[in-house]
Amino acid sequence: MNQPASAYFLEERHDPNETHTLSVLVQNEPGVLARVIGLFSGRGYNIDSLTVSETENQKHLSRITIVTTGTPMVIQQIKHQLDRMIPVYRVVDMTLTGSSIERELAMVKVRGGGDHRVEALRLADAFRARVIDATTESFVFEITGNSSKISQFIDLMRPLGLVEVSRTGVAAITRGPEGM
Amino acid sequence: MTDKSHDPNQMTGAAMIVRALIDHGVQHVFGYPGGAVLPIYDEIFQQSEVEHILVRHEQGAGHAAEGYARSTGKPGVVLVTSGPGATNMVTPLTDALMDSIPLVCITGQVPTHLIGNDAFQECDTVGITRPATKHNWLVRDVNDLARVLHEAFYVATTGRPGPVVVDVPKDVQFATGTYHPPRKSDVHVSYTPRVKGDATQIRKAVALLANAKRPVIYSGGGVINSGPEASQLLRQLVEATGFPITSTLMGLGAYPASGPNWLGMLGMHGTYEANMTMHDCDVMLCVGARFDDRITGRTDAFSPGSKKIHIDIDPSSINKNIRVDVPIIGDCGNVLGDLLQVFKAEAKKPDIKAWWQQIAQWRARNSLSYRKNNDVILPQYAIQRLFELTRGKDTYITTEVGQHQMWAAQFFGFEEPHRWMTSGGLGTMGYGLPAAVGVQVAHPDSLVIDIAGDASVQMTIQEMSTAVQFELPIKIFILNNQYMGMVRQWQQLLHGNRLSHSYSEALPDFVKLADAYGCVGLQAHKPADLDGAIKEMISIKRPVLFDCRVAALENCFPMIPSGKAHNEMLLPEEATDEATAKAFSGGKALV
Repeated sequence: MNQPASAYFLEERHDPNETHTLSVLVQNEPGVLARVIGLFSGRGYNIDSLTVSETENQKHLSRITIVTTGTPMVIQQIKHQLDRMIPVYRVVDMTLTGSSIERELAMVKVRGGGDHRVEALRLADAFRARVIDATTESFVFEITGNSSKISQFIDLMRPLGLVEVSRTGVAAITRGPEGM
Repeated sequence: MTDKSHDPNQMTGAAMIVRALIDHGVQHVFGYPGGAVLPIYDEIFQQSEVEHILVRHEQGAGHAAEGYARSTGKPGVVLVTSGPGATNMVTPLTDALMDSIPLVCITGQVPTHLIGNDAFQECDTVGITRPATKHNWLVRDVNDLARVLHEAFYVATTGRPGPVVVDVPKDVQFATGTYHPPRKSDVHVSYTPRVKGDATQIRKAVALLANAKRPVIYSGGGVINSGPEASQLLRQLVEATGFPITSTLMGLGAYPASGPNWLGMLGMHGTYEANMTMHDCDVMLCVGARFDDRITGRTDAFSPGSKKIHIDIDPSSINKNIRVDVPIIGDCGNVLGDLLQVFKAEAKKPDIKAWWQQIAQWRARNSLSYRKNNDVILPQYAIQRLFELTRGKDTYITTEVGQHQMWAAQFFGFEEPHRWMTSGGLGTMGYGLPAAVGVQVAHPDSLVIDIAGDASVQMTIQEMSTAVQFELPIKIFILNNQYMGMVRQWQQLLHGNRLSHSYSEALPDFVKLADAYGCVGLQAHKPADLDGAIKEMISIKRPVLFDCRVAALENCFPMIPSGKAHNEMLLPEEATDEATAKAFSGGKALV
């Protein structure tokens, strides 16, 4: 073991990374999102995607969906670290529940004319994207689906005059009658 | 509208704070006044149930409250002003978070309408202290204040204890609202720490323990935090199983150092027998410890052949650094009680004679030995004498951070929990002196000694003034080697003995300094003078600064070098220059 002079044990772990989607039910109070994000940055965890919104107004509950990457031990740590925060009710690993649905929404602005314009419309139709704004030289498409479908659509729009993209990040829910 | 002027629960925010402290049985508050807490100080002035201890720096208030909390099991309470008052608390809050010490810190804040305005002495207290606390609150409405204060005490003291901050803007302190005494609904319903261990897991653990051939119990600060009963149960478990037991720095005193099964502390500067027992064991029972990096050494070579049971109240401690086989989430005392009951009912004391014989061989290496010296005081010898001469007295020990801390852990035997206050996780130099102030406030008639180093003690030495003001007869026992000893040791071992900025140049004359503070200064230069001077220190009923001049270049051994495993310890008699160079061969050392 060849490690440089250090008071710490420097070693690298080489466990493979996994991507997990976590649903976190929290009390909607000031600072709660900062707590969650601070946990991730403070402990060096990854955030691939994060969405948050109040879901039950009367109970002041918000649902945070986080897509994160890490070794299995790190993923387990993240869940425990989230769960022990005071305003966190529940943490559910949607990836482990197996039968969950993930959706993302994107708005995609494309500018162009002639064949590119026709091709963009044709592809949008194939991807079931809707036109939500149009000018004589541009479209804004709205597309919903899982993240890879949206990424694929965006890639196809690039040569056709892609201007900009706004994505919501992933929202997830389990299949079947049970809630989280 | 009803007339509320005679309702005793109608009061100002400032009055609510003092009332809540009284309702939670708080007798002492450590603090420092300032603009944003003046209404609270005005309330403190007009009552006599809560005594306020005025420190000289907010960090001192925080560490004093930590010492108070750790020596009593009750939460330590701090009151500081906004801005610098709050930022000066960040170190003790983080220290308390790392070592799981219950603190309730009330900070003043600029008036609500000025928040975000860069007002005088404004800072984002909840933002700054968010990663330094278990939880924190900014109270914008006086009618939320009572609930938040009660929740703050609950959160700080239950589950895995920790520090909390309640930030109260000045206009909320002045505003009048309705107070209510503590009630269950004050707490977030999402906060439900688990106390009782899972029965199936406990049975699994008992099965492992009952069939162990080479077991070890590895206990930590969680046992102390769980209360004195947990330490009693741990002792009963050791008795019932006959297993060897070691402990982390934070767990010293849960099992008595004079007990027959005691192996000494484990980890980087732990005993050879403790670390070898950990490395070679087949069943490890970890109680209230967290497999921290000073304990494990190289994690991929940590106790490779053992099944590991881990009792911890915090699920995030499980499988964080080391994979365990039987996790049990719950309060140490509660789980130990259940475990002991099942063990007694279903298992026999396993026969581990061969294991004890092996341990005896490790013990015979005498890993804490040091060469005697008649000319200069060796730091190890100084602590041994301090221990012998305070034996049987009602003694509490605090420390700063560094070599002296490790020597204190190695050579001072603790028989009871709550007697040892040290900064373990954060490693805060300057912890010990104010912590001693806090301990002495809680135990006015006890002997409270801060085992200090010449560098650490200067970080918070201003608190001597607090000790003098409140007639707290703390004893500051400085092992003065004129170096930041641990830094110097690492520089010697890892950086070619280039002693970059680790020499304590321009040290004050501690005896004269004591005099200047109005306390007593003592000094010892020779081993022959030591006993007399220690006895004198003990007999003085005032604060003492004891300047114990010790060998300058002594190193702390045994030691697990970086990147090595428990069975690769460097023992004192082996620590020749050549062996040291070899042990640290990965580094730039001694090339």
